[in-house]
Amino acid sequence: MKTIKELEEIRKKTLEVVNQRKDRTTTRIVVGMATCGIAAGARPVLLAIMDEVSKLGLTDVIVAQTGCIGLCRLEPIVEVIRPGEEKVTYIKMTPEKARRIVKEHVVEGKVVDEYVMHVVDGKVLNDYSVQND
Amino acid sequence: MAFYRSQVLICGGTGCTSSESMIILQNLKNELKKHGIENEIEVVRTGCFGLCELGPIVIVYPEGAFYSKVKPEDVPELVEEHLVKGRILKRLVYHEAMEDDRIKSLNNFGFYKKQYRVALRNCGVIDPENIDEYIAFDGYKALEKVLTEMTPEQVVQVVKDSGLRGRGGGGFPTGLKWELTAKEKAAQKYIICNADEGDPGAFMDRSVLEGDPHSVLEAMAIGGYAIGANKGFIYVRAEYPIAVQRLEVAIKQARDYGLLGDNILGTGFKFDIELRLGSGAFVCGEETALMQSIEGKRGMPVPKPPFPAQSGLWKKPTVINNVETYANIPPIILNGSQWFRSIGTEKSPGTKVFALGGKITNTGLVEIPMGTTLREIIFEIGGGIPKGKKFKAVQTGGPSGGCIPAEHLDTPIEYDTLTALGSMMGSGGMIVMDEDNCMVDVARFFLEFTKDESCGKCTPCRIGTKRMLEILEKITQGKGTLEDIDKLEKLAKEIKVSALCGLGQTAPNPVLSTLKYFRDEYVAHVVDKKCPAGVCKALMRYTIVDNICKKCGICAKACPVGAIKGRVKEHFEIDQDKCVKCGACMEKCPFKAIIKK
Ligand SMILES: Cc1cc2nc3c(=O)[nH]c(=O)nc-3n(C[C@H](O)[C@H](O)[C@H](O)COP(=O)(O)O)c2cc1C
Ligand code: SF4
Ligand code: SF4
Ligand code: SF4
Ligand code: FES
Ligand code: FES
Repeated sequence: MKTIKELEEIRKKTLEVVNQRKDRTTTRIVVGMATCGIAAGARPVLLAIMDEVSKLGLTDVIVAQTGCIGLCRLEPIVEVIRPGEEKVTYIKMTPEKARRIVKEHVVEGKVVDEYVMHVVDGKVLNDYSVQND
Repeated sequence: MAFYRSQVLICGGTGCTSSESMIILQNLKNELKKHGIENEIEVVRTGCFGLCELGPIVIVYPEGAFYSKVKPEDVPELVEEHLVKGRILKRLVYHEAMEDDRIKSLNNFGFYKKQYRVALRNCGVIDPENIDEYIAFDGYKALEKVLTEMTPEQVVQVVKDSGLRGRGGGGFPTGLKWELTAKEKAAQKYIICNADEGDPGAFMDRSVLEGDPHSVLEAMAIGGYAIGANKGFIYVRAEYPIAVQRLEVAIKQARDYGLLGDNILGTGFKFDIELRLGSGAFVCGEETALMQSIEGKRGMPVPKPPFPAQSGLWKKPTVINNVETYANIPPIILNGSQWFRSIGTEKSPGTKVFALGGKITNTGLVEIPMGTTLREIIFEIGGGIPKGKKFKAVQTGGPSGGCIPAEHLDTPIEYDTLTALGSMMGSGGMIVMDEDNCMVDVARFFLEFTKDESCGKCTPCRIGTKRMLEILEKITQGKGTLEDIDKLEKLAKEIKVSALCGLGQTAPNPVLSTLKYFRDEYVAHVVDKKCPAGVCKALMRYTIVDNICKKCGICAKACPVGAIKGRVKEHFEIDQDKCVKCGACMEKCPFKAIIKK
C-alpha cells in the first residue's frame, strides 16, 4: 500500500515526464487511442512509432497512448513534445507519416510542417498520401 | 527512406481530379525526372482540401507555397522556377506562404477556444493505463484530502454547495442525493456509476472512461466515504470494450497502490469497486432497471418511491450517478464549491460535455461552460454546417429530447432552458440537422428507437409508442390526414403523464417538439403529400427535366426495374408507379437532368 508521502513522490517524479513544461529531458510522443482514434487507424500508427523508435535505438523517448482529444474528425492524432520546445500536434496520421515524424522531428528536431494542421479559409487541409514510386 | 528537400502536394479529390489534377501529377513526375531531381522531391497526393473552387491545388513545402488553379501546362515552369531555382512562382500563388495557416498545436485551434475542460481535463493528456500519470495531475489528491482532512458531512456539504447537477440527464442535484443517502441508517450502502450510455449519438461517458478511468474510481471512493458505502459498482455496457478494459486495468492499479481496498492510504477507510457489464438495452440506463440488472434480474424499471436513496440495490440505500457527474467530483473537492460555481450559470454551475454530430464540420466532443449558447457551439466550436447548407434544427437529449429550431439558437444552454424549449439536456448528444433533414422522419427515427427499447411493462409506453409510430409511418408514407396529426399530439401528451418510467415519459418529446416548431412540415406531408426536405421515399418523385435531358437513354439502362420509358433522341419519362426510388438514374445521368423532389 502506498502512503500519502509516496503518492507525493510519484506526483513529482511523473510530472517531470508528462508535464508539457519545457524543462523536461525526454521527448514524449502521445497517440490518441480512444475508440474514435482507433477506428481511424491509430493502432498501426502507434505500432509504427514504437517500431521506429526501437529501430533507431532512441532511448530518451517515451511513447504513450492517451484518450479522446475531442476532434475525432482529425484522428489519428499524434503529439510530440520535445525538451525545451512547444507541443506539436500532428493530425490525420498514417504509419508512414508517423515514421517520418520520428526520424525528422524527434531525432533531428525538424517539425514536419505538412502534417501539422493547415487551415486556409477556415478549412482544414490535411489529408496526404505519398505518390513517389 | 530517402530524405527529400521538398514535398509537392497535389489535390486528388474529386473536384480537382475532374479538373485534371492527375495529369498535373503525371507531368510533375516527368518534369522531375527530366531535371534529375525525382529523388529529392517527394510527390504527395492529398484528399480534397475543401477549396475545390480554387482547384486544382498544388502546395510546395517547406515554403508552404499554395498554388491554385494550376493547369497541366504550368508544371514545367513551376518545377523550373520553384523546385530547381527555388523561387516562388508568383503568378499562380494563392497564399504566398502558409506560415499563418499552420496550427502547430490543436490547443491553438478555434475549436478549443470556447471550451473549458473540467470533466475531460485529463482526456487526451494522460495515459489512461498509467496510474502514475493520473496521480501526477493531482489524481487521488481529492481522495487524500477527504480522508485526512474532512468529515463525510463536510464532503456532502461541498458537493451540495457546488450546485453540481447530475449529468446523466435529469439534472438532479448531486449533493442532495448524497445527503439523503448519507442520512439513512444502514449497515450496508452502495454507490453505483451509471456508464450505460444508451443515447444514440452520445459518447461522452465512453470518452471519460477510455481517457481518464481513475477520475471515476476516485470520485466513487469519495462518494463512498461521504455516504458511508464501502462497495461500488460500475455498470458499463459490454459494447464499450476499450472502456471496460481500461477500467479493469485502472481498478487493478488502484488496488495495487492501496487506493481501493481495505485500508486506503492507511486511514482505515475501506472501499472497493466491481464492474458489471450491461448488454446494452436502453432501458437498463434507467436507475431502477439498472439496479435490477445488477441484482441479476431482468432490467425493468420499478415504481419510485421508494427512491434509491432509501431502498436501492438489494434494498439498501444507494447513490447512483453518471460517469460525467463523477468526473466533476475530484476538482470540486480540490478547488472548492465556489470555484465550481464561478463556472457556468446560477442554476446550472459547471460545464457540460456534448457529443457533436450530424451535419456539422467539427464532429467530436466538446466541453463548454453552461450558459454557452447553441449558436456558439454549432457555429464557433463546431465550425458550422458543411457544404454551405442551411441550419434547420439541433436535436438535444437523444430520444428523450427534442428538436430546437434556428430562432432559439441564442438560448444559453442549461437544464431549465432546454426543458422550456421542449427538449432536454439529456446525457449530451447533440445532433445538428440541415435543410436536407425531414423533421417528421427525425421524430419517426427516435420513436422507432423508443418503441423498440420499451420494456413493455406498462401499457401507455408499450402500446402508446407503437400507435404513435404507426401514425408517423402513415404520415411519412403520404397516407396521413390532419386528424392523424391531432391524434398523434393527443396520444403524445397522454403517454407523457401516464408512463411508469422516464423512458415512456420522455418518448413523446421528439414528436411534440417537432410538432411545435415544424408543424408545417407535418402538414405538407398530409395535405400536399410532399416531403419538403426530400427524405421520405414514398413522397419523393424522380422526374426527368425535359429541356435539360439530352435523350441519351443512359438512365433507362441504369434503372433496375425498367421504370424509364422512351426512345433515344426522342423523349424519356419515368413511370412513377413502377419506380422504386433507388436513385440510380439520377446518379448515372451525365447531364444532371433528373431531379428528386
Ligand atoms: C430510459 C432511461 C435511460 C437512461 N439512461 C441513462 C444512461 O445511459 N446513463 C446515465 O447516466 N443515466 C441514464 N438515465 C438516468 C438515470 O436513470 C439516472 O437518473 C442517472 O444515472 C443518475 O445520475 P446523475 O444524477 O448523475 O445524472 C436514464 C434514464 C432513463 C429514464
Ligand atoms: S414507460 Fe416503457 S420502459 Fe418504462 S416501465 Fe413503462 S413500458 Fe417499461
Ligand atoms: S441519362 Fe439524363 S440526359 Fe440521358 S436520357 Fe436519361 S435523363 Fe436524359
Ligand atoms: S429512381 Fe431507380 S427505379 Fe426510379 S426510375 Fe430511377 S433508376 Fe428507376
Ligand atoms: S477519441 Fe480521439 S478525438 Fe475523439
Ligand atoms: S477536390 Fe481538390 S479541393 Fe476539392
